[in-house]
Amino acid sequence: MNVPADLRYAKTHEWIRQENDIIIVGITDHAQAELTDIVYAEPPKVGAEVRAGATAAVVESVKAASDIYSPLSGTVTEVNDALTSNPALLNTDPFGQGWIFKMKASNPAEIDVLLAPEAYTAQIGQ
Amino acid sequence: MSDPALLKHTPLESAHVACGARMVEFGGWYMPVQYSGIMEEHRAVRSASGMFDISHMGEVIVSGPSALAWLESLLTNRVGKLAVTWGQYTLMLDERGGVIDDLIIYRTGELSYFLVINGACRDLDLEWMHDHLPSDGSVVLQDQGNDYAAIALQGPDAEKALRALYPACDIPKRNGIAPLIPSLVASDGIVPSLVARTGYTGEDGFELFVPVAHGIALWESLLAAGVKPCGLGSRDTLRLEMGYPLNGSDLSRDRTPLEAGLDRFVGLDDPEKVDFYGRKALEQQRSEGLPSRLTPLKLSVQGPPLRSHYPVLADGVAVGETCSGALSPSLGEGIAMAYLPEVCRIPGTQLEIEVRGRRYAASIATLPFYKKPSL
Repeated sequence: MNVPADLRYAKTHEWIRQENDIIIVGITDHAQAELTDIVYAEPPKVGAEVRAGATAAVVESVKAASDIYSPLSGTVTEVNDALTSNPALLNTDPFGQGWIFKMKASNPAEIDVLLAPEAYTAQIGQ
Repeated sequence: MSDPALLKHTPLESAHVACGARMVEFGGWYMPVQYSGIMEEHRAVRSASGMFDISHMGEVIVSGPSALAWLESLLTNRVGKLAVTWGQYTLMLDERGGVIDDLIIYRTGELSYFLVINGACRDLDLEWMHDHLPSDGSVVLQDQGNDYAAIALQGPDAEKALRALYPACDIPKRNGIAPLIPSLVASDGIVPSLVARTGYTGEDGFELFVPVAHGIALWESLLAAGVKPCGLGSRDTLRLEMGYPLNGSDLSRDRTPLEAGLDRFVGLDDPEKVDFYGRKALEQQRSEGLPSRLTPLKLSVQGPPLRSHYPVLADGVAVGETCSGALSPSLGEGIAMAYLPEVCRIPGTQLEIEVRGRRYAASIATLPFYKKPSL
C-alpha cells in the first residue's frame, strides 16, 4: 500500500499536502482499497467552513456510502470537479488526480496532530 | 461487523478466503460480499459466467402421501401443476397474507418435493412448516440445509462451463431440476447431487446442490473452468436490475405479494388452486384495494447511488421510502424499489428521492430495469 513520505495523515485515512498556505485533502490508497469501486463523490462546497474530524465529503462505492472527514479546520477554497464525472480517480490516483478539496486552515496547529507517514503506515498494519 | 465467531459459516469459506473475498455479515451468515470488485463481478455474470456461494440457503425435502395437498395449503401458486423434474418460484404466507419467505419448489419425484428457502429465515420457515404439519405423519419434512453445499453458476457461458464439467449430465431446461451426473455421491449416498436451471440474476444459469464434503472441489473445478467468483454485492445489483425482490428488504410479514406486484405467483384466479394460508387476506385486500404497491423508481437526473431507507416524496410530500436501491452497473443509473400509494402513479406527479437532505427528481420505471440486448 502506497504511503507517500511527503504527506501527513489523519487516523480516519485522509491525507493532506501543504502547498504554501493551501492544504490539499484526499483519501489514502488504503482507504480507496477498503472502499472498493468508488462510483460517486460529493465534495464540499467552495466557501464551506469545515472542522477537523467532522464530515466534509461523501464518497460512495456500489455497496456503501462513506463519510470523508476534514483533517483540519478551515475554509474550502476549491473542489475537484473532475470527480463528478470520474469518481474512479479516487481509486486509480488517490494521491494525485483523485484529490477531493483544497482549503485554508484556520488553526495550523492542528497539522501537528496528524500522523507522519511512518505512524500511518504502522496504523494500517503494513 | 458482528464477531464472525457468532455467525453461521458455509462449507465454502476457506475457498472464499483463498479467492481474496471480503467477508461480511448477512442474515446471520459470514458471507463473501465481493472478490475482485462488485462492478467487475456484475459484468462477468452479464457477459460470461460467475458463481455465488448459496450454501446459506436452506434445502427442505417434503414427501409422503399428503405432501402435495399440504404444500398446496402452504404455498401461493398451484404446486399440482408441476410435473416431476420441474420447479417454480412461490411464496409462503402467514394468515394475514404477509410474506414469510419466497422460495423455489421443485418436484423431484411422484411424492417428493425439494424446497430452497432463504438463508436469513431458514429457522423461521422451518418453524412455520413444522407448526402447520399434519399430525398423522402423512407428510415428512426433512431439513437438509446443513447437508448441502450450493453454488449458483450464472451467466450466458454457464451452460458451457457445466457441460465441460459434467458431460454426462442431462442438463435441465429453464426451471427444471435433474441429478448432477456423474453424481458426486454415488459412493457415499448421503444426499443426491442436483442441478436446477434457476437463479436470481436474470441470466441463464444453474444452481448446483452437492454434499457438503464435495463443495470445495466443485467450487475449485468451476474456478479452473474460468468461472468468476462473485459475492453478495453483485448478486444484489444483478437481482435488483431485474426487479426481483429480496426478502427482508422488499418482502416482509407486513406486505402481501399483491402489494409486492407478485400476483402472477399467487393462484387466486386459478380455479384448481385450493385454499392456502393468507388467501382470505389477499382476497379481502384485492377487493378493498391495495394500500401501496412496490414501485420501480429511477433517478431522472445525475445523482448518488440509491440505497434502502431513502425518503420518497410525491409533490414534495413524503409518501414512502426505498426498500432496495443501487447504482445499476449495467445502466449507470440509480435504481430503487419503494412501496408507494397509488396516487404516485397519477401522471404529472413529481417524484423525488431524498439523499442526505438533497432531493433528486425520480420517475417510475418499468421492470426489468435492465433488458438484455437482443442478439
